[in-house]
Amino acid sequence: MIAQQLLNGFLLGAVYALFALGFTLMFGVLKVINLTYGFYFTIGAFIALGLTSKLGLPLWSALPLSAVGSGLVAVVVDTLLLTRLRRKGAPELASLMVTIGAVLALNAAMTAWLGADIRRLPAALIPDAAYNWGDIRVTAAQLLILGATAVLVAALIGLIRFTRLGLAIRALASRPDAAGLMGIDAGRTAAIVSLLSGALAGAGGVLIALDFNAIQPYMGEQMLLRGFVVIILGGLGDIRGALIAGLVLGMVEVLTAGYIASELKDAVGFLILVLVLWTRPSGLFGRAVVRRA
Amino acid sequence: MTLPPWLDDFLWTYQNLVHALGVNGLLALSMYVVLSVGQLSLGQAAFMGLGAYSSALMTIQLKLPFALVLPLSCVTPVLFALLIGIPSLRLSGVYLAIATIGLGEVLRAVYLNVDLFGGPMGLNGIPESAETWMIYALLAAAIVVLWVVGRSRIGRAMEAMREDETAAQVMGVDLWRYRLGALVASAALAGLAGCLSAHASDFIGPNEYGFDTAVTILSYALLGGIGTPLAPVLGAWVLTLLPELLRGISDIRLVVNGLIIVVAVLFLPTGLFPWRLKRG
Repeated sequence: MIAQQLLNGFLLGAVYALFALGFTLMFGVLKVINLTYGFYFTIGAFIALGLTSKLGLPLWSALPLSAVGSGLVAVVVDTLLLTRLRRKGAPELASLMVTIGAVLALNAAMTAWLGADIRRLPAALIPDAAYNWGDIRVTAAQLLILGATAVLVAALIGLIRFTRLGLAIRALASRPDAAGLMGIDAGRTAAIVSLLSGALAGAGGVLIALDFNAIQPYMGEQMLLRGFVVIILGGLGDIRGALIAGLVLGMVEVLTAGYIASELKDAVGFLILVLVLWTRPSGLFGRAVVRRA
Repeated sequence: MTLPPWLDDFLWTYQNLVHALGVNGLLALSMYVVLSVGQLSLGQAAFMGLGAYSSALMTIQLKLPFALVLPLSCVTPVLFALLIGIPSLRLSGVYLAIATIGLGEVLRAVYLNVDLFGGPMGLNGIPESAETWMIYALLAAAIVVLWVVGRSRIGRAMEAMREDETAAQVMGVDLWRYRLGALVASAALAGLAGCLSAHASDFIGPNEYGFDTAVTILSYALLGGIGTPLAPVLGAWVLTLLPELLRGISDIRLVVNGLIIVVAVLFLPTGLFPWRLKRG
């Protein structure tokens, strides 16, 4: 029983980690808590819904297309709203406020357009096989989610560690002015970071849609709250921290629902957040630079 | 109190709107207090909800008189403000913003799932003990107090830390204390507003105090500006009256509120009413 719970928690946590990875990357490089990030998650799921139910595309092509689509939306939003403030060197709370207004407008517009009803992916899309090992049961959909998450996370970490682009991103994250002096095009690199982060969020949206098969305009907002917990627990801007914290949160939520009370599932993350702020604001691993004020 | 008949008629017909204007004015002030020390809280709706639920329970379950319930409605929001504010106000501003957004959503889950709070049905049958004059008296008192404080040494310190934290600190302003004081005052104001609105409408529900409400409250203060305590109140009134005057936009009210924030931050950083407090 506990093994099954841990497995379910691990799978949920993998998606949390994937989602938070883009969030923390965006913060680490662009220095803004971007609340429209949850919207890219929703948009990813909706693009996948459109591609599979209207155009009948198979999953292997719908997933990357939705990810790229959400990434492009992220680039557009970032360019329209944040580039200006970044160039002016505006305080970080101004950028945060712009994204708050934007996400309210985007979510409300989307609800007005599409309605708040829950939509579902075509049933044929979701593999229905399941495998048993002893007491543990895994569905093919869960394995697909785990596989896709692992590939995406590995690709992102590889990109950031081992490529020239990754070097530029890391340079921009740690010393923006010095990066500019070394010939790194800050505007272009920022756009690429938006694209990558938006794509991770969008992919997360598609994978969660596969797992729970419930798509509606406010799904990103629920996810964003998990994102907050994960990036604070892992340390703001800390990619490895986000990865581990995501898995931890998934397992803690599932275990809380299973062994304590299912009503507490949504609250436990927030308790963790407050606890971290009180005891260890630099995150579990203490590697994020806490910006004291 | 005797009112002229035309005013009495007007108040009766537009009672809900008149109440909403007063309550939203108080909420805008609660946002003003936090913004004026250079912080951002998205917990105003959550603090309002805590005031509303705790006061409704005091009235319904404990049968306390309203004269006692109203001041006590500050207690729960202030405790939560301390729980979140003490650690996060030592850090950079994003931590408070994140923690307060989280608070609103987690409380919604609690109201929905715990029987004491009535679940999805909320709490019904709250006696309508909040009179219109009480709401406006409190609003006027809050404006006067904030005006006086704003013109004092404290107001000077608050403006200094909003403009340049480092310089203010060098001048001996204890940033953390001012921030915590502002957050506590704002939680108390929002709690009072919640208590008044709960006792003016007889029903409260779990979905009234979420992210959308928090952002709407922020849009009041950003539209009006934070130059004087009157500015955010006027901002709240404009945004409360607008959907009433233009029926067509009530469907897209939230879209408008969101866009107002975007436009205000990008193009109108001092708001519609940019006048500033004069100090002697």
